Amino acid sequence: MAATPNGAALDTFPRLLMHHASVRGDRPAIREKDLGIWQTWTWAEVAEETRALACGLAELGFKRGDRLAIIGDNRPRLYGAMLSAQMLGGIPVPMYQDAVAAEMVFVLQDAGIHIAIVEDQEQVDKLLEVKDQCPELQHIVYEDPRGMRHYTQTFLHGYDEVVAMGRIHNKNQPDFIEQEIAQGGPDDVSVMLYTSGTTGKPKGVCQTHNAFISAARGGCEFDKLVPEDEILSYLPMAWVGDHLFSIAQSLYAGFTVNCPESGDTVLTDLREIGPTYYFAPPRVFENMLTQVMIRMEDAGAIKRKMFHYFMDVARRCGAEILDGKAVSFGDRLLYALGNLFVYGPLRNVLGLTRVRVAYTAGAAIGPDLFRFYRSIGINLKQLYGQTETCAYVCLQPDGEIKLDSVGKPAPGVEVKIADNGEILVKGPMLLKEYYKRPEATAETINADGYFMTGDAGFFDHEGHLKIIDRAKDVGKLSNGAMFAPNYIENKLKFFSHIKEAVCFGHDRDMVCAFINIDIGAVGNWAERRNLAYSGYTDLAGKAEVVELIRECVEKVNAELAADEMVADTQVHRFLVLHKELDPDDDELTRTRKVRRGFIAEKYAVLIEALYTGKQSQFIETEVKFEDGRRGKVAADLVIRDVKTFPKAAAQKAA
Amino acid sequence: MARQIGEVILDLRNISLRFGGVKALTDISFNVREHEIRAIIGPNGAGKSSMLNVINGVYHPQEGEILFHGQVRRDMDTHDAAAAGIARTFQNIALFKGMSVLDNLMTGRNLKMRTNFLQHALWWGPAKREELEHRRKVEEVIDFLEIEHIRKTPVGRLPYGLQKRVELGRALAAEPKMLLLDEPMAGMNVEEKQDMCRFILDVNDQFGTTIVLIEHDMGVVMDISDRVVVLDYGKKIGDGEPEEVKNNPEVIAAYLGTQH
Repeated sequence: MAATPNGAALDTFPRLLMHHASVRGDRPAIREKDLGIWQTWTWAEVAEETRALACGLAELGFKRGDRLAIIGDNRPRLYGAMLSAQMLGGIPVPMYQDAVAAEMVFVLQDAGIHIAIVEDQEQVDKLLEVKDQCPELQHIVYEDPRGMRHYTQTFLHGYDEVVAMGRIHNKNQPDFIEQEIAQGGPDDVSVMLYTSGTTGKPKGVCQTHNAFISAARGGCEFDKLVPEDEILSYLPMAWVGDHLFSIAQSLYAGFTVNCPESGDTVLTDLREIGPTYYFAPPRVFENMLTQVMIRMEDAGAIKRKMFHYFMDVARRCGAEILDGKAVSFGDRLLYALGNLFVYGPLRNVLGLTRVRVAYTAGAAIGPDLFRFYRSIGINLKQLYGQTETCAYVCLQPDGEIKLDSVGKPAPGVEVKIADNGEILVKGPMLLKEYYKRPEATAETINADGYFMTGDAGFFDHEGHLKIIDRAKDVGKLSNGAMFAPNYIENKLKFFSHIKEAVCFGHDRDMVCAFINIDIGAVGNWAERRNLAYSGYTDLAGKAEVVELIRECVEKVNAELAADEMVADTQVHRFLVLHKELDPDDDELTRTRKVRRGFIAEKYAVLIEALYTGKQSQFIETEVKFEDGRRGKVAADLVIRDVKTFPKAAAQKAA
Repeated sequence: MARQIGEVILDLRNISLRFGGVKALTDISFNVREHEIRAIIGPNGAGKSSMLNVINGVYHPQEGEILFHGQVRRDMDTHDAAAAGIARTFQNIALFKGMSVLDNLMTGRNLKMRTNFLQHALWWGPAKREELEHRRKVEEVIDFLEIEHIRKTPVGRLPYGLQKRVELGRALAAEPKMLLLDEPMAGMNVEEKQDMCRFILDVNDQFGTTIVLIEHDMGVVMDISDRVVVLDYGKKIGDGEPEEVKNNPEVIAAYLGTQH
């Protein structure tokens, strides 16, 4: 790539930043919408402010090797803080901003945080709440001074105050930062990202500059990312993907990062920015599609007809046209018309008009959903990776997209399948270690230097990797049939009415499921039927809703029956949960993955009811509100049987 | 709290208000100090909203006098009140339903607009500069109340709790010195109430705005107000700090009923 010479000097992130500040100093590096207007920081400005903050942090006593906690929404200054820490040879530790105080304690203690940079009063309050449990925490720097006037603690510092202090420091010792940067090397740890803790306590994954730069280089070259590209950074900064896209790739290629105004405005901001490179987990794409479908159902008859007609055309040939495959002239003509009347405007409404490359990962994406975006001309692809591999293992190459695979091994990455089906990975992007957990490190990296992903999968005949499930989640029914809960749950979740599903069946004679309805989609469905409801619990308990869900489950059964491997794992009985599974109640991880074991324990009485043939079951559950208060929800849950299909007959139904 | 409660800026003396034969308010006196949060409570029909209407000049009392900013007057005039920095919200939301949140908030700046209709129509020179300045002020309010995501949404499409917040926003856009809130939390759920409480406290704290509010939720009133005045059947039956009022036997009787 022309934009980034592979000079030996550009091997750490601070060096990359200084490089961009000198070669494209007046190009936008990062933007943020503030008071309704997009504010821009150029590369030169980012370099100056980060430098000042680094000096300020040094004044507060931040030293080489120290860890800096960063807590808040995606904000330019918090991204800058990561680089400030790196300039001093320190390690930024971004943390999930929506975690409650008690959850933060573990990371604060484990990482031995002395200084934390946080976004606002909300985060300061959380840290103050647990400060007694974290004696090492000495300074808290807050970015937004609103509401902070009456806080008199001397260990609290405003961001501006620290930067001002740093500017003076920088004036007195102008060479200080250069010397500090010069001391850093590519094998230093550049960031510590905590795993979401699906299994046990979170672990701090130490990644070096070299690991992330290698992953960024591979990704940028693979998708030809250039300084003119734009991304919208709205996913948690503590998540490895955001670190790869918004820090590593942005600094490698020199493209612009845009921070939304607030979490609620992302879709509006997306339209305003029109990113060229976009990442979203399947759930976001799903929400977008649900929004479109809801609005289309409320649209006039002509528009609705036109939409459905052209969506049929797109379904027939859109993805093929995008892949450059042969398509008949008539279809091409219809597609061009559709592009003019439907797909173009639709892409525009979604804010995806300029997208060259879009990725999704984190969970399986529904084939219909995936095909929908590709068919309207959005180059949506899947990738595969973990925190431990800088989210960089497999990528789908342009033109070789398969719905059920995650693509081919990325440049520089070696992937092999162990005898038990587990996926093993090796390459420069592997973690250095788990922080202070040598035994865990030894457990996940085998003697040959392969990282054991814990996922089960296989390569198809074209060399594309397919993931089935977590290796340890794959269980067996009592009759010996393979039971991959994720696989079934994903099929269920592909229905817009179902938000979350949890399947049970290991060591049992049949598969049963908990279902969470999607309040947006089902609510709209209910409204159109004049079905009155007072809230989530009430709606979830309506007989009509349970019937709606039953139809969805039945369709899944028909699909499952068609496949020899999974035909035995059709869902026999299900119930609709009275409350939404929520990370605040520990039922989901912060990245919204189901915590199967915890749920099985918490709702043991429901599982028993499912398997003992009861027709209904009363349950009362404690819920935690955002402010930490607790409340109770109770309901009588109806349990329904679902029709299952014999293997042979299913061929016709499917 | 570092906020300093200052001098009396509004003093209502022996106010009586009648609608024909109906006595809405009878010989009521109480005062409001600068920077304080003053609550007016009382059972339905006690005259609370009438009291607010007297303060901002919608109703003109037959008897009594009002001292406002050192000036004694027979009654207030709506325009004078607004110009003197008194803004209010209403019990039943009074927003322009078809207009966006942003436009509704801009109407709150109406009194501060200096350029004329023609200049605005041409959108040129001073008018443009002025509108930019007002827009900035409104954006600050939007930021303050965390309603960025509904900036361009027509108010009629918003849920009730958010409409209430927008109404507070419009009052704030006028940069008031005194804010009259008529049941700002009526009909809200617990979470919405908490948000609203926080906003009221923040307004009072950050901008030093004096706040007079009517509220039925006793928990809220006792928590956030500095002083409380209690009305019943148009008469004042209690006045003082929350703790004092809570233990006032007359107040307890008005709320819980008396034994006969």
